[in-house]
Amino acid sequence: MQVNETFTPTIVAFCCNWCSYAGADLSGTNRLNYPANVKIIRIPCSCRLNPMFILRAFQRGADGVILCGCHPGDCHYTTGNYYARRRMTLLFSMLDFLGIEKERTRVEWVSAAEGAKFAATMNEFVDTVTKLGKNKRLEDLRCAK
Amino acid sequence: MQRIGVFVCWCGSNIAATVDVEAVANALAMEPGVVISTNYQYMCSQAGQEMIQNAIREHKLTGIVVCSCSPRMHEATFRKTAQQAGLNPYMVEIANIREQCSWVHKDKLTGTEKAIILGRAAIAKVHLNAPLTAGQSPVTKRALVIGGGIAGIQTALDIADAGFEVDIVEKKPTIGGKMSQIDKTFPTLDCAACILTPKMVDVAQNEKIKIYSYSEVEAVKGFVGNFHVTIRKKARYVDETKCTGCGLCTEKCPQKKVPNEFNLGLDTRRAIYIPFAQAIPKVATIDADYCSMLKSGKCGVCSKVCTAGAIDYKQTDQLIEQEYGAIVVATGFNPISMDKFDEFAYSKSPDVVTSLEYERLMNAAGPTGGTLLRPSDKTHPHTIVFVQCVGSRCDSSEKGKSYCSKICCMYTAKHAMLTREKYPDTEVYVFYIDVRTPGKNFDEFYRRAVEDYDVHYVKGMVGKVTPENGKLKVQASDLLGGRQMHIDADMVVLAAAIEPDKSARPLATMLTASMDTNDFFTEAHPKLRPVESPTAGIFLSGACQGPKDIPETVAQAGAAASKVIGLLAKDNLTCNPCVAKSDEMMCNGCSACEKVCPYGAITYMDKEFRGPNRTTLIRRVASVNPAVCQGCGACTVACPSGAMDLQGFSNSQIMAEVDAICK
Repeated sequence: MQVNETFTPTIVAFCCNWCSYAGADLSGTNRLNYPANVKIIRIPCSCRLNPMFILRAFQRGADGVILCGCHPGDCHYTTGNYYARRRMTLLFSMLDFLGIEKERTRVEWVSAAEGAKFAATMNEFVDTVTKLGKNKRLEDLRCAK
Repeated sequence: MQRIGVFVCWCGSNIAATVDVEAVANALAMEPGVVISTNYQYMCSQAGQEMIQNAIREHKLTGIVVCSCSPRMHEATFRKTAQQAGLNPYMVEIANIREQCSWVHKDKLTGTEKAIILGRAAIAKVHLNAPLTAGQSPVTKRALVIGGGIAGIQTALDIADAGFEVDIVEKKPTIGGKMSQIDKTFPTLDCAACILTPKMVDVAQNEKIKIYSYSEVEAVKGFVGNFHVTIRKKARYVDETKCTGCGLCTEKCPQKKVPNEFNLGLDTRRAIYIPFAQAIPKVATIDADYCSMLKSGKCGVCSKVCTAGAIDYKQTDQLIEQEYGAIVVATGFNPISMDKFDEFAYSKSPDVVTSLEYERLMNAAGPTGGTLLRPSDKTHPHTIVFVQCVGSRCDSSEKGKSYCSKICCMYTAKHAMLTREKYPDTEVYVFYIDVRTPGKNFDEFYRRAVEDYDVHYVKGMVGKVTPENGKLKVQASDLLGGRQMHIDADMVVLAAAIEPDKSARPLATMLTASMDTNDFFTEAHPKLRPVESPTAGIFLSGACQGPKDIPETVAQAGAAASKVIGLLAKDNLTCNPCVAKSDEMMCNGCSACEKVCPYGAITYMDKEFRGPNRTTLIRRVASVNPAVCQGCGACTVACPSGAMDLQGFSNSQIMAEVDAICK
């Protein structure tokens, strides 16, 4: 595969309000850099993430989607992240079947105290997706600019 | 079409340095529905808020987007601003261009680009916002304090002082906690028991306070203002209402070989015991692991000698259900286990003790009656070596803790000073990495130990302790002197790092309160909300939140109490209106949502609908109780027909954000 040097992927990060969104804020407060192509959408809990949102993102031209939530056992709503974990396992295997590489999707547990982990995860994820190149599999060209 | 106002904040130079705020405001002005787009130095200032309010009135705005810091910071501020200008507070969206943009990117071009996209996403979302009205839920005017140490005691007393009912749950047979085991307190050297026990008596006599000793929290349900807690009152095999605390049973019990946990196993107690003379409640407890009557049915001495007839071998655990409006966590700390620090020979020699054990050896109520004697041969020690930072500030996370335990420098100085004062013939060495003594009169105290009491402070760590011929050979380095030291010590005292109590982790799961990687409870904001957990209605008191000394603990306990009082003083709480809502036309009553709801907020009802040809249909549909729903959104994804949606984070709103970001 040819890697385009100037390619900057579009990454959508869904972060739960209680742990990961606060973790992302903390990485900002600590001035830990990660690439600007990561855009965060705040959701109340990782279990709020409808698989439809991920499909929509790929359809609209996202190159990678990551879901961040509280560590298992630490969910603000007790059980939300367990639902998210199961749902994403199913969705990701289906996406793989559709030809969306497994590396383009990820679930990561980031607590409110793990600003450094958030930045490191994002750096690594952007690297991985950049190497994979543009997502063309699901993109709906009618929605492109 | 909404009429949207966009307000871009500079946050001084925090945002403006990496984001061209002017360009962002101009770009966002072009978005559909935006009627005004402007920027200002500090949007959260009085002038900034007035600017927003004037724009709302002047341009008849129906929604606003503030591009500023994290919504965790100022969402509430700007919602209030909007409300004062007559706009529904839930028509406000925040684009986080500080924590998640200007602070994490260095290049102004990329920063500006990203800020524009984040602004667009917020505008796309606010287009789909609907005005929401918050409901109300009543507050149960009773507080629960978990942990009966000095933190819990002080919190309970302060809450009771304001006239509210408080329950203390303590897992040990008595309240008092670690402070009851301490001999003297730094830097004043007043006696810990003399200042603690009057408070314990106050708690016992306060009619607003109920103590559940020898009890543990079993389950927590509900939410702020309405917690439903199950407390397990463990069987102590003694009727609390009858026992007078005379202590006769504890003298007559034939089982004498039980390690006494109050003295950290340095001596023994009986199978029926009262932990210490000033225990509250002063009621005996039978240790079921050692009592031969409970184990084999043979003995019964205590029941024979008890004149009050309080012994009840058939007692069982009791489950108590109680409603609370607020919960205070005061679970405290423990010194870490010394298992992984075998270089100090803790497991090999009884003369190597931890600081808390040394505290008991110095205490008049301790195993030696306050005379300092070596645990091995009960002789008077002449050379004592103190080792600081054992397990604190440790590089390897498997072995110790990365943090500073904060109190060790001061209590080691106290131990050294008291030892030298009581026994001027002793030689006292203290090995340290750094001496950290910030605090009122703390450094003066440490200097007194060095200058007036001739304690030998040596910068460097002890490498090895070897027991040999009844002595402890201490090998250490003196970093300032640049030499190796060999000391023949009689006792070695280890300042063990402190860690949160083991009960904290399962409790945090029950309370859904967050913890950091060291199992200390996380505060809602490290600077501005230090005694509140991010989970509403849960408050933090004492060392469960981080290492702290007694004055700090008492201060935090009072602060937590004042927060609880503020909550309990309200008759009703405003609920979060961002809750799930079911579209009855689409719902087919399948029960998928009910099964995933962690709060039981979803019920079903039969509802009449208009059918074809003027008939009526009765269908089973889901209905969400907005006072119980916490707005996690689990049901919205489980719903196969797409009838369930979350207000404030609706499917269409999130997809609009996705679209704006991917455009």
